[in-house]
Amino acid sequence: MANKDLDRGSRALTQKSKRYSIFSLARNAASYHQNWQQAWRHAEPKSAYDAVIIGGGGHGLATAYYLANIHGMTKIAVIEKGWLGGGNTGRNTTIIRSNYMWDESAGIYEHALKLWEGLSQDLNFNVMFSQRGVLTITHSEHELKGMSRRVHAIRLNGIDSDILTPAEIKKRVPTINISPDIRYPVMGGFVQKRGGTARHDAVAWGYARAADDLGVDIIQNCEVIGLRRNGSQITGIETSKGFVKTPKVGCVVAGHSSVVADMANIRLPIASRPLQALVSEPIKPILDTVIMSNAVHMYISQSDKGEIVLGAGVDKYNSYAQTGSWPVPEHMAAAAVDLFPFLSRLRMLRQWGGIVDTCPDASPIISKTDINGLYFNCGWGTGGFKSTPGSGHIFADLIAHDRPNSIALPYGLKRFETGYLIDEHGAAGVAH
Amino acid sequence: MLKIKCPICGNRDETEFSCGGEAHIARPLVDNKLTDKAFSEYLFMRDNPKGIFLERWCHTSGCRRWFNLARDTISHEIIEVYPIGQMPKTAKGKKSYQANWRRRSKAEAASKPAKRIVK
Repeated sequence: MANKDLDRGSRALTQKSKRYSIFSLARNAASYHQNWQQAWRHAEPKSAYDAVIIGGGGHGLATAYYLANIHGMTKIAVIEKGWLGGGNTGRNTTIIRSNYMWDESAGIYEHALKLWEGLSQDLNFNVMFSQRGVLTITHSEHELKGMSRRVHAIRLNGIDSDILTPAEIKKRVPTINISPDIRYPVMGGFVQKRGGTARHDAVAWGYARAADDLGVDIIQNCEVIGLRRNGSQITGIETSKGFVKTPKVGCVVAGHSSVVADMANIRLPIASRPLQALVSEPIKPILDTVIMSNAVHMYISQSDKGEIVLGAGVDKYNSYAQTGSWPVPEHMAAAAVDLFPFLSRLRMLRQWGGIVDTCPDASPIISKTDINGLYFNCGWGTGGFKSTPGSGHIFADLIAHDRPNSIALPYGLKRFETGYLIDEHGAAGVAH
Repeated sequence: MLKIKCPICGNRDETEFSCGGEAHIARPLVDNKLTDKAFSEYLFMRDNPKGIFLERWCHTSGCRRWFNLARDTISHEIIEVYPIGQMPKTAKGKKSYQANWRRRSKAEAASKPAKRIVK
């Protein structure tokens, strides 16, 4: 479980003038918002760093922030091939929860949730974390029994989780049909009230701004093309903007993990698959919680803009094209209409795909490698967004101390040799 | 939507098929001397190329036969379809087969019976 005296990394920004507050808002309103300072510098790579993080998504930026803030490593860089948060950070359905069944998962996801709960204050950036609750519904007697087993396991780990009857679900979600005569009758469910959603772009921007303030160089449009090493020690990385010398490289590149691992001749059990999501046209508020269904296989919520946000499972074949296959959104829409018939009248506004790094046991890899100074944080698959702060926090600790802490320990690559897998496939629910 | 040419049934939509992942993974023989690490390369580690990938597919909603496919994971272009137990025939398919790290893995070496010495 997450340690109690957790260092959240919540120090004030070094440059007081940069702080966002009601006063800065008023001051800038007076000048028609023309004079807001830039949120982060556009850095070019220096010749050497103490550590380099490959990947400028939420996880990578969080890693850099915690490295600088908690571990005092400020001579570091984040290298991003595209733009910040342009990969899976900006392509998910923003669901946050920690109701996982296994102890190891409870440790890592609850650690993340605890960080989420103060993140806006820690970063001085509103990440719009909204604890609107995550409600998982069940449609059969057997699913109901499986669910209660999970709920009790989750509660034993001190994580909030409550079983609801159909009537209680109806009270929370008036639009849901709880008639026993429908194709997928709602037999019951469970809710994590501390779960919810956050604004995904804000998470990337908030971490980037706070890391930049501590002196971290954030380098966009810079692709890593090779890793240089001396024997079994990493010495630097080759990038599209030249060679950068560094003794420590943290690789947080999600769907491209295998591509970077190949540069270092490291094997990963990862398969890169598209995970799609879609939104409807915006409508007035109708759904104030997140609803998931394992049997129908979808999850649904309503964004602050009013769009109905839908997601489901991964595409069935490996791909690096950030789009995905049409039968999948069709399934998503069909499943959503099964549960909420009123959705059938809505038009789809956008559909997109992100390339997720799926792992055989549906749990992440946070690990040292056979090469000294090369660390991997990958395998989050379809459930990475919810763990962004926890992932960065733990990975920064691993990079700084060159040994995994108690939360990261079970997530080493070693588990694929020992067979001690953390199998969350059935246990985690649909959108893990 | 992929159109996949099943060797038995011809062109069909991808929804009729299941994808079985990386092709040509040979199980080490029973009396192998592999370490757990080397065996894990057979059991869990996967080739995951950005480019041409050789994979197994099954026509689940049709003839239910397995076959191999060489497919580009960036453009989704299907390069060739070839039977189980055979090697790819196109240049791109052959190159992908050789480029896979598995060809040089201990687990794959341990999947082949030792050559009989003919006196």
